[in-house]
Amino acid sequence: MRVEADQPKCVASGQCVLAAPDVFDQDDDGIVVVLDDHPEESTHDDVREAAAICPAAAIRLADK
Amino acid sequence: MTETVADTAAGLPAYPAPRAAGCPFDPPPVLRTLQTEKPVSRVRIWDGTQPWLITRHEDVRALLNDPRVSADSTREGYPHRSAAMQGSDPAAQTFLTMDDPEHARLRRMVTAPFAIKKVEALRPSVQQIVDDLIDTMLAGPKPVDLVEQFALPVPSLVICELLGVPYEKHDFFQRHTKVIVRRTSTPEEVAAANKALTDYLDELLADKLAHPAGDMLSALATERVATGEMTRHEAARMGTLLLGAGHETTANMIALGTLALLRNPGQLALLRETDDPKAVAGAVEELLRYLNITHSGRRRVALADIEIGGETIRAGEGIIFANDIANRDPDAFPDPDRLDLTRPARRHVAFGYGVHQCLGQPLARVELQVVYSTLYRRIPTLRLATDFDEVRFKHDGIVYGVYELPVTW
Ligand code: HEM
Ligand code: SF4
Repeated sequence: MRVEADQPKCVASGQCVLAAPDVFDQDDDGIVVVLDDHPEESTHDDVREAAAICPAAAIRLADK
Repeated sequence: MTETVADTAAGLPAYPAPRAAGCPFDPPPVLRTLQTEKPVSRVRIWDGTQPWLITRHEDVRALLNDPRVSADSTREGYPHRSAAMQGSDPAAQTFLTMDDPEHARLRRMVTAPFAIKKVEALRPSVQQIVDDLIDTMLAGPKPVDLVEQFALPVPSLVICELLGVPYEKHDFFQRHTKVIVRRTSTPEEVAAANKALTDYLDELLADKLAHPAGDMLSALATERVATGEMTRHEAARMGTLLLGAGHETTANMIALGTLALLRNPGQLALLRETDDPKAVAGAVEELLRYLNITHSGRRRVALADIEIGGETIRAGEGIIFANDIANRDPDAFPDPDRLDLTRPARRHVAFGYGVHQCLGQPLARVELQVVYSTLYRRIPTLRLATDFDEVRFKHDGIVYGVYELPVTW
């Protein structure tokens, strides 16, 4: 799985950080930062949940 | 619009609609009917106009994040909540009712303090505030009004500390906020309340500019106003928004949540007995979903023709998103009318959806997690000190809740 975040779209809701804290963080302004763009299998459900609840549809997932 | 008022107004449901007698936690029954039979439907609002009502969870999420939908309340066709809101001065607008890029520019100036880690760092002081208020209640006479003595002070103290507003002024800003969130207030009353609050914030900002401290208003004053990035008036409006949004909502969740739990003792026991922060966090999401206190809908206007649910919403037509019934959509939440603190509820839309999704949600979550995991443990025999039928609900409020909650132990 490859994880990308579209920072200009991010509205700093923090939802992704709560759903998948090992994969997402926020910078000093609260804007999303991807910590691990090829996260481990064990996090995939959480990452999918993060992408699903992101209010701004700022998280994109690809297969590889 | 092709239909005339006479064609349609008669048969259209009125919105907001009344809740069913005896079911104060459930959305109005007509919303469930619409969700099942006509999920994208016109309704009739106070001024006789007929905006669209969106009731399905999936449709709410899709459209609230659609750039063809505008939150700008100065646009023709915007479905205002009341005459008072319609009449409000455009200069009183905040980013809540602006579109990008203006909305994004202003929102980003205040996102920093609401980042998860910064809010997490406030948890000990929130816990202290909650513990102190409980100590005071336990030491005093009973019964107490939980709204006055606990539900309102918790978020007020927290937001005052964060913004740098003296808490001694809480009578003043709570009084004015009450006027703003009451649907029955007159335009003059709302304008006067808005002005009083904005003037106060403006003075406070001038003071912070001269004597900056480590709070949010000082940061706005020194980093944004002094640099010319925003005017003092814009900063004052922003301060008013944060102060208002920061205490009414959370206070209503605390009091209404407590009442809902007292009526569902099995669920209350789950909260009282758990030590697991994840279980508490999950319980908060479910209470947000189930209670959905922002019961007067998200208000928007279409910028282009939009096809949805077999209907065409034309450019310039108003749209209301009923997030309360969306949170009871059986396609998103099985057995939706059951309060089940163990269900996965994260996908609720109680904080809205799209670029306007609640800015303060991380703070609201920490406050509610601390409150719900502390209050019922420290006062395990907490109970209602009046008949359930006597409790007065905020049917006419922009935000739902209870006016008072007499409790004893
Ligand atoms: C449980 C408590 C809360 C609930 C249920 C709640 C609910 C909401 C909802 C539904 C919206 C979206 C409005 C729309 O789309 O039209 C919103 C926006 C907002 N909320 Fe909250 N809120 C809560 C607590 C807070 C707190 C504690 C703060 C601030 C400290 C806050 C600040 C804001 C702001 C500034 C916006 C406007 C965001 C924007 O337009 O970009 N809220 N809130
Ligand atoms: S969930 Fe979306 S909007 Fe919220 S912080 Fe993450 S990327 Fe940004």
